[in-house]
Amino acid sequence: MSNDRAWVATRKGLFEWRRAAAGWRIGRISFLGEPVSMVLPPRAGDQRMLAALNLGHFGVKVHASDDAGANWHEVAAPAYPAQPAEAAGVPWKLVMIWSLEMHDGQVWAGTLPGGLFRSPDFGRSWHLVESLWNRGERAEWFGGGYDVPGIHSICPHPGGELLVGISCGGVWIGRDDASAWTLQADGMRAAYMPPEQADSPNTQDPHRIQRCAGTPEVLWCQHHNGIWRSDDNARSWQEVTGAPVSNFGFALAVHPQDPDTAWFVPAQADQCRVPVDAALVVNRTRDGGRSFETLRHGLPQAHCYDLVYRHGLALADEGCTLLMGSTTGGLWGSTDGGDHWQAVSPNLPPIHALRFG
Amino acid sequence: MPHVEFTPQLRRFLSAPAVDTPATTLRAALDDAFALNPRLRGYVLDDQGHLRANVVIFVDGRRCEDRVVLADALAPASRVFVMQALSGG
Repeated sequence: MSNDRAWVATRKGLFEWRRAAAGWRIGRISFLGEPVSMVLPPRAGDQRMLAALNLGHFGVKVHASDDAGANWHEVAAPAYPAQPAEAAGVPWKLVMIWSLEMHDGQVWAGTLPGGLFRSPDFGRSWHLVESLWNRGERAEWFGGGYDVPGIHSICPHPGGELLVGISCGGVWIGRDDASAWTLQADGMRAAYMPPEQADSPNTQDPHRIQRCAGTPEVLWCQHHNGIWRSDDNARSWQEVTGAPVSNFGFALAVHPQDPDTAWFVPAQADQCRVPVDAALVVNRTRDGGRSFETLRHGLPQAHCYDLVYRHGLALADEGCTLLMGSTTGGLWGSTDGGDHWQAVSPNLPPIHALRFG
Repeated sequence: MPHVEFTPQLRRFLSAPAVDTPATTLRAALDDAFALNPRLRGYVLDDQGHLRANVVIFVDGRRCEDRVVLADALAPASRVFVMQALSGG
């Protein structure tokens, strides 16, 4: 994954950014005017990529490129099967693609209203993972920020397991080629539920989950009610209580090699989704959450109301180049792990997702 | 023969030429159009075959209220317009 190219999926198109000596510059704009909910960037040695569009009138579409975004062609979009008459709950209709990951030659798509799809042929066909969709627990899931639940985090384990994070449906691990699923959100706490249900793993709202690539047993989670960490591949979760400024937020980044280093973007609270004191900051821990530094050099510190949503913070593979984009179109970059930030653009469209590659 | 036209807004995504069809219901007329242009189906109908929430269809100047079965009857001279609904932005 390169640290000199990034993809910014926005409310009004997909923006390719290139970093040169003079800083970040826009390279190419694709799908101008169309909402792009997620992008799967090219992997090392591969020019293929995917973009998920969420057209206001005509639904979710997926476009593929074989040349790193120079040309695009439409491929299949995930589709839900016919909904049985007796199937209660959310309509079986694709609302949005919220996450895209590639692992072992397959592309995985997490969607609203909560279905996970896989594609063995890079988007030419998609298959609903029915072993998860048919779980009875799904009836208890509900929307977090949307009318219906959705899968925003897909974290493959090198051993073959697949972890998905659901707002609001907890954390699930798929084994045996994603054919058998277990709910693994023990330790999380939902203050938005009645007290007797606060510990229920099936209604947790993990805003975003990431795995440490170099130590894959370690996972970090920015949750609706705080920060959690697991060092046993989600068999248990421990709350990290010492985050300064605020423990509420959406985005996080995990160092690819150091499982104790992670970044978070605090916001005031769920009922007031703006930076605390209108000053944008990033919290970084380097000791597994025992302590944090609050990084603010180069970030707006007065009358800033930018919110960084779930996929708005990205870290390059070398572990020190960061990009951060907000729902009001602000974009900032750092080349020293967040110690110093530079304003890249103040007026992009609302940023849905941001990825290096 | 009923005549079905599609919003020019679709042109930025795919070709959607008008279709003349002997169909006697709206659903059958749309199916004829999709048979000629399979990719068009996903732009007009959702996963369950219902009219997309932000697409609207007019038959002889009357907006269709049935978005599920699409059973509106068509006369030989009917004119059908498949439009984007402004609720979609």
